[in-house]
Amino acid sequence: MAENFEITDEMRAVIGVESQPWTHEVTSTSVRAFARGVGYTDLVYFDEVAARAAGYRNLPAPPTYLGTPIFIPGESSDTFSGPKDSGPSIDHGLPNLLDGGTETEYFDDICAGDTLTVTSQIVDLSTREGRSTGTMLITTNETRVVNQDGKLVAVQHGQAIFY
Amino acid sequence: MPMQWNNFKEGDAIPELKKQPGVSQLVKYSAGGGDFNPLHHDYNFPQSKAIGSIIVHGRFKYASLGELVSGWLDHGGRIVKLGCQYRGMDLPDKEMTLGGTVKRKWEEDGKKLAELELYVNNEAGKNTTPGSAIVRFD
Repeated sequence: MAENFEITDEMRAVIGVESQPWTHEVTSTSVRAFARGVGYTDLVYFDEVAARAAGYRNLPAPPTYLGTPIFIPGESSDTFSGPKDSGPSIDHGLPNLLDGGTETEYFDDICAGDTLTVTSQIVDLSTREGRSTGTMLITTNETRVVNQDGKLVAVQHGQAIFY
Repeated sequence: MPMQWNNFKEGDAIPELKKQPGVSQLVKYSAGGGDFNPLHHDYNFPQSKAIGSIIVHGRFKYASLGELVSGWLDHGGRIVKLGCQYRGMDLPDKEMTLGGTVKRKWEEDGKKLAELELYVNNEAGKNTTPGSAIVRFD
């Protein structure tokens, strides 16, 4: 629990600093794995014939799935699977993490066979008082997803809550 | 049947989707989504112990709202925007009921759009994960 947590100038300095790009793959297997994880039974996410009949190039990425980050031992986070050190991080010292919210805007389909280049940046920092958690740090992250044709296909905003 | 622009109106309900994800389902979601935070599978993880249980990934609920909207559209339209806020924790093996309503339907710059208001209700009927979506029809 943090009683006296404050956002410092050092923390604010990371706002707007873009991460190194990281590659996310969208494959037939990864689409099926995500769809299975959510519990889909819609064949469009599993069967290529059904996907094409529904008007897609290939198995479509289920909503909220933005590909699987390439995993490189040592470079990738064992816990969250994304790159560990692709961008500036905030040394806030708060041990607990909760997800606050997510919003994704789509500009085109994402399908199996796509290779996505993903960059992210922190766009906002704020604090909130929790009843049992003390002062919580809320970070807002923006993730931009560009496909192999150089087209921006999705932008995601997410809030992480540290306490 | 793929949803068509003329087949729904403002105020229509999105057919509900019920889910009761157990630990095995959450493990599958971790594998599919890449989020291996122990809070979603390890009861001995300190944060799980402090909470008293592992909890359902917020992103599982978010993706499930995507499944709800995808099921309603049945590929007759596309999701332009999908968002939610994680206001309350959900525990494994508890039933959650996902649903929503068509809040607004309009045309803009030749695009046919609808806004959906979404919910994930827990067993007590509390909406732990309010969400919204904008969908587009061609």
